[in-house]
Amino acid sequence: MQQLLNGIFIGSIYALFAIGFTLVFGILDRLNLAHPAVFAASAFVGIELVERGGLSLWAALPIVFVFGAVLGLVIERLAFRPLKGRADAHFAGLISSIALAGMLIALLQWRYGPDTRRFPAGSFPDTRFDVAGAQVTLVQVVILAVSLALMVGLTYMVTRTRLGRGMRAVAENPTAARVLGVNVDRITAVTFAISSALGAVAGVLFAINVNTAQLGMGSAIELKGLAVIIVGGMGSLPGALIGGLALGLAEVFAVQYIGSSWRDVIAFGLLFVILLLRPQGLLGARKVREV
Amino acid sequence: MRTKLSTVAAAAAAVVVLASCSSDDGEGGSAASGELAGEGTGDSCSIEGEVPIGAVLSLTGAAASYGESQQRGLELALEQLNEKEGVTYDLTIEDDQTDPRQGITLFDEFVSQDVSLIIGPTLSNAAVQSDPIAQEAGVPVLGISNTAAGVTEIGDYIHRNSLTESAVIPQTIAKATEEYGLENVVVMYSNDDAFTESGYEAFAAALEEEGVEVSETITFSKSDTDFRALLTQAQQSEPDALIVSALIEAAIPLVTQARELGIDVPIIGGNGFNNPRLMADAGEAAEGVVVGAAWNSSSDNPENQAFLEDFQAAYDAQPDQFAAQAYTGLMLVDQAVRANCSADRESIKEALGELENIPTVLGEFSIDENRDAVHPAVVQVVQDGQFAVLE
Repeated sequence: MQQLLNGIFIGSIYALFAIGFTLVFGILDRLNLAHPAVFAASAFVGIELVERGGLSLWAALPIVFVFGAVLGLVIERLAFRPLKGRADAHFAGLISSIALAGMLIALLQWRYGPDTRRFPAGSFPDTRFDVAGAQVTLVQVVILAVSLALMVGLTYMVTRTRLGRGMRAVAENPTAARVLGVNVDRITAVTFAISSALGAVAGVLFAINVNTAQLGMGSAIELKGLAVIIVGGMGSLPGALIGGLALGLAEVFAVQYIGSSWRDVIAFGLLFVILLLRPQGLLGARKVREV
Repeated sequence: MRTKLSTVAAAAAAVVVLASCSSDDGEGGSAASGELAGEGTGDSCSIEGEVPIGAVLSLTGAAASYGESQQRGLELALEQLNEKEGVTYDLTIEDDQTDPRQGITLFDEFVSQDVSLIIGPTLSNAAVQSDPIAQEAGVPVLGISNTAAGVTEIGDYIHRNSLTESAVIPQTIAKATEEYGLENVVVMYSNDDAFTESGYEAFAAALEEEGVEVSETITFSKSDTDFRALLTQAQQSEPDALIVSALIEAAIPLVTQARELGIDVPIIGGNGFNNPRLMADAGEAAEGVVVGAAWNSSSDNPENQAFLEDFQAAYDAQPDQFAAQAYTGLMLVDQAVRANCSADRESIKEALGELENIPTVLGEFSIDENRDAVHPAVVQVVQDGQFAVLE
């Protein structure tokens, strides 16, 4: 029972991380590899706000959210927009976002040093529940709830709002969208801002969940996040959630029944099997290109 | 930049001088060997010339906090030694910037400057790369913080006064077994790091030695931060203790989550746990964590008491293990020089290897046949947010 819950909660972390990833990917067809750096930077900024600024976590979270959004705008402006006219814009953006991530992490190290940090004790109520003999912390419940809420909220936004209509138009065909009067640049910037703001909140929740924030915390789960969006289906928000949970559970059961050293072999092996059976991912739609 | 410290009080601002490089092409032997042989022995030994010693420390870069402590320990020892009659030391401390390549350059420099002995470098991986230079040139080396296996195997000129993991861990396990009546334990370690891997091997051997059963061995990656699945797995075999070989970055979340899942047995860590940040960051959860260490800060032997007092007076701060080992290092060099009352490279090398039962800050100290340190380790347990000696 404890292991089942462990798997669900690890999975919800992966999902939280992947939702921001997949939003940019699904709408703009861009892979933003500066996302892990946003994840780490926000945790450190959040810790600073609580530690030095004396804010409560609840006051710090909205600030971190805004910080993430601004960072998203910066990433889009610096790493993606200058390259958008190029024929190889996907790949060029991928590389330039890796470069930007490197710079961000270097700045963090200059500001905070190489040591790990954590949120001061008691900044989040360490309430624990006993569920059928298993331990669950409040922060884990919050993470799961936030992942679900984000998925539902974002899905609603993309399908029902004007902004979402614009996003879908851009996703479908940027050139046609521009002709029809959609402000493509603005939509692109907003998408990046939302994606990074989600990454920022994910970073803070993650740091609280494991009681540590490290410069490499984003890169440590970056691969898993990428795997999750591939398995869930590119750009599919529910897919990110389901993919995250699948990966989390696969890891935990590998530990439980096979051995801890085999954890990643099993988890990634499962992903291969899924992709062999469904190349477009669990909830991905086959992309049909009209020539 | 070179800081040259002679009889000036070390804690005062060091006088920066441009030390003149001696540019004689020394053929291994010291050009000044005539001045470096003296009369008498032990306390009565007196040597005319100043004994040149080089130290390579990491004063900037990732290991800067360790290097800084070492510098303080060395400078305090230097000041005290130079107040004593008979032998005067000329210590040059250089910064390798936590970069092994820089360490190699500095070793080359010291070798060509005819120093009698090189102290350092701070990190084991730098030692592995730079010690062979000293070995080849026939310059004795004293490592004051290298704990990795194999450092002294580089050659017969390489010594260290820092206990290796494989020296501390058996004492830790023996003490804990006795204290907590361990019968079966779970071992966890990160298997993608050389340091924690060798720590694990030492733990496994020590547990076998003590006849403690290992019901489960669990591996993780040094970049992991969520250990709940592994800890749940560990919990199922109801161990008497968790034995963990991990770096501090993994130790903090691991200890926190273990307590959160209701694992309240002792957690026994390797040298990676020997860090005050464990208590600072894991808080309550760190209570009852057991860690072996090379230096017992609360030891009441007279050398240690005097060291604590002098260090506090000089720097207005508490020394750590790195400062204690550095201080002891220079004191041992002095013992070796006075033993034969000669400071040329060969006689220092010979005397270092023969050090036996010297009363030091670290306790009764000897160098064994492998040129490694032998002295009692201390087993500590976290109590009320502090390391206390496990009695």
